[in-house]
Amino acid sequence: MLSILLAIFLPFLAALLIILSSTYQFRHHIGWAVLIVPILLFIYFMRRLFDVADGETFYTTTNWIPSFSIHLSTYLDGLSLLFSLLITGIGTLVILYSIYYMTKDEQLKHFYVYLLLFMGSMLGVVLSDHVIVLYVFWELTSISSFLLIAFWYQRKGSRYGAQKSLIITVFGGFSMFIGFLMLHYVTGTFSIREMLLQADVIKNHDLFIPIILLLLLGAFTKSVQFPFHIWLPDAMEAPTPISAYLHSATMVKAGIYLVARFTPIFGGDMLWFWLVASAGMVTLFWAAFNAIRQTDLKALLAYSTVSQLGLIMSLFGVGSLAYHPDIQLSTVLLTQATFAALFHLVNHSTFKGALFMIVGIIDFQIGTRDLRRLSGLIYFMPISFTIALIGSFSMAGLPPFNGFLSKEMFFTAMLKLTQFDIFSVQAVINLFPVVAWIASVFTFIYSMTLVFETFLGEKKGKVTDETREPPFGMLISPIILASLVIIIFIFPNTLANYVLKPAVGSVYPFVDTNELGKIEHWHGFTAEFWMTVGIIVVGTILFLYRNQFKKAFLFFPYELSIDNVYNHALAYSEKLAKKMTNLYMTGYLRHYFSYIFLFIIIVIGGAFFALHIPFSIGENDQAISTFQWIIAVMIAVTAVTVPMVGSRLSAVLLTGFIGYLMAMNFVLFRAPDLALTQLIVETVSTSLFLLAFYFLPKWDIERAPFKWRNLLIAVSVGFVFTVIALAVNNNRLFESISSYYEKADELAGAKNIVNTILGDFRAFDTMLEAIVLFIAGIGIYALTKYKKAKGAGNVED
Amino acid sequence: MLKINEVILQTVTKVVVFIILTLAIYLFFSGHNAPGGGFIGGLVLASSFVLMLLAYDMETIRKGLPLDFKLVGASGALIVVLTGLGAIVFGEPFLKQAIFSFSLPLYGRVEFSTVTLFEAGVALAVVGVVVTIILSIAEDV
Amino acid sequence: METLIIIVIGVLITSATYLLLSDQILHIILGSGVLTHAVHLLLMAMGGFKGASEPIIGHEQTTYVDALPQALILTSIVINFAITAFFLVLAYHIYQSSNTTDLRNLRGYRHE
Repeated sequence: MLSILLAIFLPFLAALLIILSSTYQFRHHIGWAVLIVPILLFIYFMRRLFDVADGETFYTTTNWIPSFSIHLSTYLDGLSLLFSLLITGIGTLVILYSIYYMTKDEQLKHFYVYLLLFMGSMLGVVLSDHVIVLYVFWELTSISSFLLIAFWYQRKGSRYGAQKSLIITVFGGFSMFIGFLMLHYVTGTFSIREMLLQADVIKNHDLFIPIILLLLLGAFTKSVQFPFHIWLPDAMEAPTPISAYLHSATMVKAGIYLVARFTPIFGGDMLWFWLVASAGMVTLFWAAFNAIRQTDLKALLAYSTVSQLGLIMSLFGVGSLAYHPDIQLSTVLLTQATFAALFHLVNHSTFKGALFMIVGIIDFQIGTRDLRRLSGLIYFMPISFTIALIGSFSMAGLPPFNGFLSKEMFFTAMLKLTQFDIFSVQAVINLFPVVAWIASVFTFIYSMTLVFETFLGEKKGKVTDETREPPFGMLISPIILASLVIIIFIFPNTLANYVLKPAVGSVYPFVDTNELGKIEHWHGFTAEFWMTVGIIVVGTILFLYRNQFKKAFLFFPYELSIDNVYNHALAYSEKLAKKMTNLYMTGYLRHYFSYIFLFIIIVIGGAFFALHIPFSIGENDQAISTFQWIIAVMIAVTAVTVPMVGSRLSAVLLTGFIGYLMAMNFVLFRAPDLALTQLIVETVSTSLFLLAFYFLPKWDIERAPFKWRNLLIAVSVGFVFTVIALAVNNNRLFESISSYYEKADELAGAKNIVNTILGDFRAFDTMLEAIVLFIAGIGIYALTKYKKAKGAGNVED
Repeated sequence: MLKINEVILQTVTKVVVFIILTLAIYLFFSGHNAPGGGFIGGLVLASSFVLMLLAYDMETIRKGLPLDFKLVGASGALIVVLTGLGAIVFGEPFLKQAIFSFSLPLYGRVEFSTVTLFEAGVALAVVGVVVTIILSIAEDV
Repeated sequence: METLIIIVIGVLITSATYLLLSDQILHIILGSGVLTHAVHLLLMAMGGFKGASEPIIGHEQTTYVDALPQALILTSIVINFAITAFFLVLAYHIYQSSNTTDLRNLRGYRHE
């Protein structure tokens, strides 16, 4: 079963192929070739469908960095299959759509490389069993999203949106990473499946609450929960296929996936419930409310995505209570909430995908997405109108579309929640259905705004008689999605049995998914029914009087918005960082050296004396020969003289002299190879120095003024090193490892131990050294040639 | 370049360069069992070029040694890497060295080690780079 | 002998540090060279000076001086040579393009 791993890497391989073919000019749109990838993957995952529906799971593992016990383990169960199908299915439709949306004069290769990068990493997120690998893929989705938002990097808004999304999601991702490390610390494993088995251990650990907070930070930033939702509207600067794919159907659902995946561990904990459910509720309400005032169609869709994700998130919060020890009996009522969440997740991808594509078509055909400049499109674009109508009505939760079914299930879950008496603050719980209802009214209003303000009325603004439907190919994907909206409404249980219930089964391994029952179209005159009727009535009234109603937004000025806080924080931290950097980056090499030396003196020297490490002078020393005395004194004297001489020639020669003395030293140390090498190197480099200086007439050292401060630093550094070297010399903790190398003759058939170390035992180092040498040579060659090229025209720089 | 027009230096150089070259080759091959080896051999070889440069001018050296020393250095580095890869072909770890011994007529037993190839690469890299450096600087000045 | 060598190391490092803190490019290049010598001696001293003969395996039974520092130093010498040469050419070009070897005059532009 290596093939799951292959499935994850197929998009990466395809991306690599595109990169390798960067100079090749394709005659057709490159998207046609890319399209093969998601289609193949979709078929691959569909073939697993029946096996997984029967409760089978697929686990594979391959070593990646075994020394850190990091393995590429993949795990395919109901939940990951649901997401994989979404990623590849919507991916297919989006790429098909993009072939018409992205014209050939765009940088298509970049576009598809980023897109494939995203597809592969998203598959990696939902299929990884190893948390570190999951984290790597998680950040890769953030990065590819960054690249795609900034695809039109010439625009300021694109760059701003890309940066914002990256800062927020990577911040969350990193928090999640710390959470993962804590989980590893608690459980001793990196595997999610093994962590799930130790749920009790985790629950009773001190780190339980930090882990919850950190993991949810990751999930909330990725799945745009309040107050981290601010990056999604700005991410709408991306090309529309990207908005449809990453920022509504797949990537923003990674956080939901994370919550679902870890529900078996944290489910039943009240903190987890309150955080997930209330974050979802607040997001649902706030984003739906804000969506109404948007005039940009894509911004409206962005806020609606945020709000729908809040809805799904809150359902997962409710569903997590099924693990609560006090309500085992009525578990099915609560697992129903998760069931509804997953159902809505699929429905949302269908109708929102269709709506995004229609908005993209409007933008493509007319050149604007501004509601105020669009009207009466129905006469010119009837097919688009039909699709938009289906999508909006489904989003508003109206029959006969799939959104109606999941919205009803949402209400059911919220109403049932109030019947449990396990909450300390029952009043807040009673608010849940109320908030859900109000948010749904808002959802109704903005859904109607989207379709009716754009398509009905007199033609105005940029809409002219020339406005036409786009090429048919562009309409294929939205038509398929719109058809799915209706098909899922008619046959919801086919989807439920094969896709949703296995996914619910992976969240609740202890539940028999057959007990979940069927999705019903008609429940009778229940509370849910009257709630829907209420939404339609109140929503219609408010929609008709929306101009008066919108005055309410005046109470929420920009200054108070989270966006404003973010911008100020960003600007302030930039200013602060610049100030801090300017403080120490002075542009003087001398200062930078001083930092290093002061660090050595204060930290290393300080630690040395603070720890009272013993050292002594002259203990167990080898005898010193007269010759050794002479050479040592000469080296020391020469070294002291070098900084003091005034002419460059003397300085160079004196340094060379130290080199020759060193060579003699090596002879005394019984190191013939070193002595030989040092001798020759010193000769060659001294002649190099002389060569370079001989022809520099004025390059005399201006006698450097003597500086007490420098001398003080120099003496201190020398002293610290001396003392540490003495201490090390006195306290040898380990035997030398050289005795192994002394078997050179037996092991490598050579008698020169030093050379055998270089050529055989540590040949890798020598290889790299040869390469370093070569690089230095090339560097010098380039430097001289560079000057030649510049000097040729005497260019002033 | 240097305008030292000294006949003595030039005449001596002609002889000495060959002595140095012989020494370099001796050092290179003796490295296995005695002081010497790729680095030293290469450096000594390069120092003979330095001597020639000091005695003659650039043009003479270019004519006498029509070699692209960048290429020499590069091929040295390449040989070093390739000998390492060679071990992989035989299913051994990267850079694992091997010894062969065989007997030649008249000469007797000969030991050949892949270390020699490796060292040859190192020597070539050293020669190529050192001479490139010297030539660049000399040309430049 | 160890103590003597370690004191020499201290002197070399002091001299090298003083040279590195200078504003003259040539001083800095020479300083890095002196520092290299100090490090070589340090490696040698840390390996110890025990052992009767040079690390070339002979027929008679004997102890060898530590071979590992020697191998390290050999590598270091060659790399130091390459780096010094690079510095030198760089310094030369700095002089050619800006007519100064004083680092204080080389702060091209004040960072924003």
